[in-house]
Amino acid sequence: MPKLTIDDREIEVPSGLTVLQACELAGVEIPRFCYHERLSVAGNCRMCLVEMERAPKPIASCAMPVGEGMVIKTDTPTVHKARKGVMEFLLINHPLDCPICDQGGECDLQDQAMAFGFDRGRYAENKRAVKEKFMGPLIKTIMTRCIQCTRCVRFSTEIAGVEEIGLVNRGEHAEITTLEKAVDSELSGNLVDVCPVGALTSKPYAFTARPWELRKTNSVDVMDAVGSNIRVDTRGREVMRVQPRLHEDINEEWISDKTRHACDGLGRQRIDQPYVRRDGKLVPASWEEAFGAIASKMDGLAGEKMAAIAGDLCDAESMFALKQMMNGLGSENLDCRQDGAKLDASTRAAYIFNSSIAGIEAADAVLLVGTNPRWEAPLINARLRKRFLASGLKIGMIGPQVDLTYQVEYLGAGGETLKDVAEGRSSFSDILKNAERPMIIVGMGALARTDGGAVLALARKLADEFGMVSDDWNGFNVLHTAASRVGGLDLGFLPGEGGRDLESILDGAGKGEIELVYLLGADEIGMNNLGKAFVVYQGHHGDAGAHRADVVLPGAAYTEKNATYVNTEGRVQLGRLAGFPPGDAREDWTIIRALSAQVGEGLPYDNLGQLRQKLIEAHAVFAAIDQVQPGSWTDFGAAGDLEAAPFASPVANFYMTDPISRASDTMAKCTEAFVLGKQEGATGTDG
Amino acid sequence: MLSDKDRIFTNLYGQHDWGIDGARERGIWDDTKSLLALGREEIVEQIKGSGLRGRGGAGFPAGIKWSFMPKESDGRPAYLVVNADESEPGSCKDREIMRNDPHRLLEGCLVAGFAMGAQACYIYIRGEYYLESQRLEAAVEQAYAGGFLGKNACGSGYDYDLYIHRGAGAYICGEETALLESLEGKKGQPRLKPPFPAAVGLYGCPTTVTNVETIAVSPTILRRGPDWFAGFGRQNNAGTKIYSISGHVNKPCNVEESMSIPLKELIEKHAGGVRGGWDNLLAVIPGGSSVPMLPKSICDTVLMDFDALREVKSGLGTAAVIVMDKSTDIVEAIARLSHFYMHESCGQCTPCREGTGWMWRVMTRMVKGEADVDEIDTLLDVTYQVEGHTICALGDAAAWPIQGLIRHFRPEMERRILEYKKSKQAAAE
Repeated sequence: MPKLTIDDREIEVPSGLTVLQACELAGVEIPRFCYHERLSVAGNCRMCLVEMERAPKPIASCAMPVGEGMVIKTDTPTVHKARKGVMEFLLINHPLDCPICDQGGECDLQDQAMAFGFDRGRYAENKRAVKEKFMGPLIKTIMTRCIQCTRCVRFSTEIAGVEEIGLVNRGEHAEITTLEKAVDSELSGNLVDVCPVGALTSKPYAFTARPWELRKTNSVDVMDAVGSNIRVDTRGREVMRVQPRLHEDINEEWISDKTRHACDGLGRQRIDQPYVRRDGKLVPASWEEAFGAIASKMDGLAGEKMAAIAGDLCDAESMFALKQMMNGLGSENLDCRQDGAKLDASTRAAYIFNSSIAGIEAADAVLLVGTNPRWEAPLINARLRKRFLASGLKIGMIGPQVDLTYQVEYLGAGGETLKDVAEGRSSFSDILKNAERPMIIVGMGALARTDGGAVLALARKLADEFGMVSDDWNGFNVLHTAASRVGGLDLGFLPGEGGRDLESILDGAGKGEIELVYLLGADEIGMNNLGKAFVVYQGHHGDAGAHRADVVLPGAAYTEKNATYVNTEGRVQLGRLAGFPPGDAREDWTIIRALSAQVGEGLPYDNLGQLRQKLIEAHAVFAAIDQVQPGSWTDFGAAGDLEAAPFASPVANFYMTDPISRASDTMAKCTEAFVLGKQEGATGTDG
Repeated sequence: MLSDKDRIFTNLYGQHDWGIDGARERGIWDDTKSLLALGREEIVEQIKGSGLRGRGGAGFPAGIKWSFMPKESDGRPAYLVVNADESEPGSCKDREIMRNDPHRLLEGCLVAGFAMGAQACYIYIRGEYYLESQRLEAAVEQAYAGGFLGKNACGSGYDYDLYIHRGAGAYICGEETALLESLEGKKGQPRLKPPFPAAVGLYGCPTTVTNVETIAVSPTILRRGPDWFAGFGRQNNAGTKIYSISGHVNKPCNVEESMSIPLKELIEKHAGGVRGGWDNLLAVIPGGSSVPMLPKSICDTVLMDFDALREVKSGLGTAAVIVMDKSTDIVEAIARLSHFYMHESCGQCTPCREGTGWMWRVMTRMVKGEADVDEIDTLLDVTYQVEGHTICALGDAAAWPIQGLIRHFRPEMERRILEYKKSKQAAAE
């Protein structure tokens, strides 16, 4: 612990810190542009210069490691002069077009120019202008504003793992450029956040709002099962943008492009009032009519003839309410696994990401089974890459052969290979055996198939065999793709005693044994299999489910309700209402509560607090917000043979996985650019 | 004046054979084994004792620099990198060494590399030095064939490899860490220090980057003894040095002379004097384009060494003496240098990237006098905002020539401004 003096105050800091970090600990603010905690140190903006005793010149505090007995001065004429000088240099070629710049109001350059700059310019020469670059459908560039801090270059090469941005030319002509094509990364939206000026701004958000007009609501994301912490910025009830929020254990300070940019889907294809099907056509109806239609169908219908399926974006409260209502009506036909994953809910350890996401940074060997984390959970992929860069993490892969932005040893495509590894016949078996903290990540590509139970059992056996589970380490991880899944499993939205699972529900519906199916935001099932069943769809988007439904109940999207979600780690998190749902749409649990009264099974709660209390009484895991409750390491999975078919990732198109992203214009553009490979609007050499 | 017997570079003008035979006649590769037999520490001690200071411009004591290399390897190899990217305007001494006496450099590379515990040496040669790189390549081949380099170099039992790498013509690649970047195949941009190359250098291994001349003189120092070398020049400024004299002199030349020789003597004895006589002298840039100029009044008496030139707020640099007589448009001359530094700025850090262009633009107006008198102060202030605030020394190099100009020729600049104003006024009336 070196001791140093900062502005006449002694402070002891952990060794390995930089002077800039030490100054922050001492409560001294050091201005900076190029320095970013999570990127390598470039030291090129020269804004963080401070004086160090016995050094002839001011030093760049971001790059200087702390040393015992250092004497740092941050408030001397030399330092002020240096900062003013750098600030002036940064501004001489900056267009100063703050009034028309989207970064205005949240711009590091603007803020620091106010705090550390001159009040006038002395530069009378012509300013430099730089041509815009094409960065795809998400990022708008105004390169004249660029201050060449190279944060974007470092982000794309280090965090995103795509070497597609660089600094070309030298001197005054130095400019950031791309390969004249869109930055092909699921994390590219973060470039806008790391840019300290208005050079890289959000294209979909361009000229739509000013930061001071927005109401900011802290919430969590549901576009994947990571549960990234987000801030939803709204104006009125319209979601203008989604920004990342710091959570070191989940998303650090990044979010994926879908999380950030699918929000325009919240304003399209919305169900804003109830519908009832009459003469084969859905017609607008009142709540009374819609409830009446359901009640009359349910009237006298035996419980075993009803079923409910929960979708991927559902909150725990609505699933709990629906479960209680269905159980009350005598139905045990429930399933929250609309992809048919053979998840085993007998113990929590069987279906969560046991090591936790942050735990990846302790792993020394990882086996990926039937998953493409780059598309299923870009932030978990970024963690894996981070660990790979830091330690040369050994990663083996069974399943789809894809570029994950780091080096993997591709072992094979399907169950046969998994068996080889488990039984020690693979080269990777030794790596796992010799690892201190080995880890297996099982994706839905391996579980959402008929032999999923057997795969799960084999994966469990493998975890045991290679010492993945010990007192202080559990390297058995399930990577979910649905935000609702772990919550659903936790509260048992599953077939009860003698109840039917998804496959059996669909089968029953086809045969006429199931006459009513309640779809709670479930859009990914094969609607054709529902046969002649009466379908109630409760959800927020006019997608596959609503299309098939006989009654449509307008629910709330994730930004429109206070609700609980559990991420793939099993971490309970609260989403918050940022804007009210449109039209007649209501928070989902309230719809179920109202319907339950109509069908004679009134649920015992009248507000969210009471509902949560009941939920916690029934399932204690929901009590501990932002905590991960481990499960006991018991037997799980099912016996059986593995099939020969290769594991395929469930995500065929990262940009369109749910009703919201499918309704999003921005995601459609991304699909066109990245999945279909059409890049319109490219500049320069583009014909 | 240095007598011929004390010259280290005995084929500076290429009158003899540059090849291995000629080199051996001049005593190069003569029992190099016994030099290595002195051992690492003794060689470094002797170099320290000779008072040799780096010849690349900064003048850091060579022996001390060599001693920074790790004594015991931690498993990483160590490298010697020779900086032959001589790009400073006015400087052409290394060119002559490599062109006419390449073996003297190669022998130095072996001796210095051995003293640092280096396993291999890279010579990074300026791309424009095509002939020189050819000569050097040929000399390396000869040295390998003769058993002086490679496995068991010179029969010493020490394995030592040497590679030539041609640059692509960027001034910034003469900065030691930018040179390492370039050598690694990256864009030539200076690295942050610390860590210094002696700890983390080429490919992350301990590395010392040294100028050609510093390396080339070291075997001779060991052969003739540190005291002999220390006998030239004043205290702290020991040895002999190659001066490159260019500009308005009758006979521009490279010449090896003792350190601390008076500037006037150097010009008059070796370069045939200033064109039109000493009294026709306007100013001298004594150490390559990056150091501040000296007006005639200082040139009359100043000595050519590190300390004397520092005292008059200039520097020895690479000892490239640029002489300007009274026909020179002194403001335009410095404006041209400003353009050079703007053109060669790597663009990595803010003060240099933005400041060099600003300075050049103002200097361009100053040539015609198209400015206000108080802009001279602004310009000077801008040079101070660049100086010392950059990652590498190029920022200083861009600032100093202008500071020198304003320090010594401010009345000339003011005169032009007033004259321009007057002419404008006259035209308006």
